[in-house]
Amino acid sequence: MSVYDRLFPPRKYCLPSGETVEEKRSRMPLILLVIVLITALSVHITGFNFGVLLENGSRFFDILKAMVPPNTGYLSKIWQPLLDTIKMSLLGSFVGAVLAIPFAVLAASNIVTNRALVFLVRLFLSLVRTLPTLVCALIATYIFGLGTMAGTCAIAVFTFAYVGKQLFEIIETVDMGPFEAMEALGATRLQAFVTAVFPQVLPTYLSVSLFCLEGNVRYASILGYVGAGGLGLIMNEKIGWREYDSLGMILVVLFVTVVVIEWVSHAIRKRLT
Amino acid sequence: MNETIRQAYQSAPKRWAYQLLLALLLAGILAWSSTTIELGSTGENGWKVAGNILAGIFHPDSKLLLTFGTNGVPYLLLETFCIAFLGTVVGAVISLPLSFLSATNLVPRPVAVIGRGLIAAVRTIPAFVYGLMFIRVTGPGPFAGLLTMSLCSIGMVSKMYIESIEDLDKRILESLDAAGCTTFQKIRYGILPQLMPDFTSTIIYRFDMNLRDATVLGLVGAGGIGAPLIFAMSAYRWNEVGAILLGLIVLVLIIETISARIRTKLARG
Repeated sequence: MSVYDRLFPPRKYCLPSGETVEEKRSRMPLILLVIVLITALSVHITGFNFGVLLENGSRFFDILKAMVPPNTGYLSKIWQPLLDTIKMSLLGSFVGAVLAIPFAVLAASNIVTNRALVFLVRLFLSLVRTLPTLVCALIATYIFGLGTMAGTCAIAVFTFAYVGKQLFEIIETVDMGPFEAMEALGATRLQAFVTAVFPQVLPTYLSVSLFCLEGNVRYASILGYVGAGGLGLIMNEKIGWREYDSLGMILVVLFVTVVVIEWVSHAIRKRLT
Repeated sequence: MNETIRQAYQSAPKRWAYQLLLALLLAGILAWSSTTIELGSTGENGWKVAGNILAGIFHPDSKLLLTFGTNGVPYLLLETFCIAFLGTVVGAVISLPLSFLSATNLVPRPVAVIGRGLIAAVRTIPAFVYGLMFIRVTGPGPFAGLLTMSLCSIGMVSKMYIESIEDLDKRILESLDAAGCTTFQKIRYGILPQLMPDFTSTIIYRFDMNLRDATVLGLVGAGGIGAPLIFAMSAYRWNEVGAILLGLIVLVLIIETISARIRTKLARG
């Protein structure tokens, strides 16, 4: 019996059959209390103030208003960075997703029986995942110099961590029957994995990778802010010069691109599952 | 391997033409995008920097790491945590009406399409642009950061909300109807129990992500741990970078473990 149950004893019911059953008190008040406390702390630390929001709220739209109408004349200069962004996300996603496969297999506890190895690989995946993409891109710009290479690298690292985690969770939920049958027939573990587990996880793996690609196009446009190439580069430039109408045009193009890519990827993912 | 197995393999459907086409397509796309690889500017300097970063992470600036004033890592982490927490809460609340208005099983199709378009538009604008917009409202600081976080959360959170709303089991509502329940009772006993676990799980997951993404806010001066991190990096003070990164990694790992635990509990009911 936990402390909570001792403080608030469970309610007892007498059933018609003479048996008594206990219903534990709801944990809701405790959870609510914790949430309210954290909220109060957060309001205090971040200086959340509704008055300021009501008073100055309209200024939020200053930049938005300046973006309309978008500067269509700038369109011709957007294509190159846009293509860079798409290329960065395509290549980065591909490299990351492929690299994730061996690590995910090693992290799946139903394939690898060595507990220590599974734990180490999982710890590695977690550590890579905690590294913010932006920091990754910054480090990459120091190593590879300013440009698309740094962005590709950052996206590959992010995709690797994300797909790696998803993939090992998928591998752990597969039906192990075929795998055991293959092993019983004398196949090696690798053969059994390729023929019995791989076909089961392939559609979900592709689907996860495509989902990641969708998000990466958006991410790739931020990375330029630290000099890692792509749309972010010109966005940063236009913000610096306060040419918000050109910024508006960039955002419109980005919006259309993201919607098209999401639509294509969604169609493929629907066919996969 | 057994002869029967070999035969079974050979009778598998052969779709090599389709597969070859797919492989060619993929190879084409990769070849096209491989132009982003430029190793020309990679100096030896780069690898030295990488080495320094690693060295910095293993020898963090312990003074920065253990100062409890407003400049130390613990306070910065607390601030980041608070920005992410409140940002997620505000974002989750704003997403509620948006997602109910965009669920195809509740509203007519045109309304749902407009709602989805709006959500997609909100998602397109990158975080740092929002940050700049909010700094005009609140001035630089964590308040701007939390507002940015909340707007950035809307996209993903409402997308997931919509999915769970569209998965609602309507038969439960029908049987409650048949039992003579009022609208309020139907919402309380028919809809809320179905949605709450999914919604909570989404919110916790997003909180996890926000904590990680909060570094972006530092770029435009919207509070959190991002700004000191980026300053330290551009000044090549790798020990400080190491201290900040170490703090961030520990915080994210702790939160991730807790959130994973809560979410598995929610999923199992």
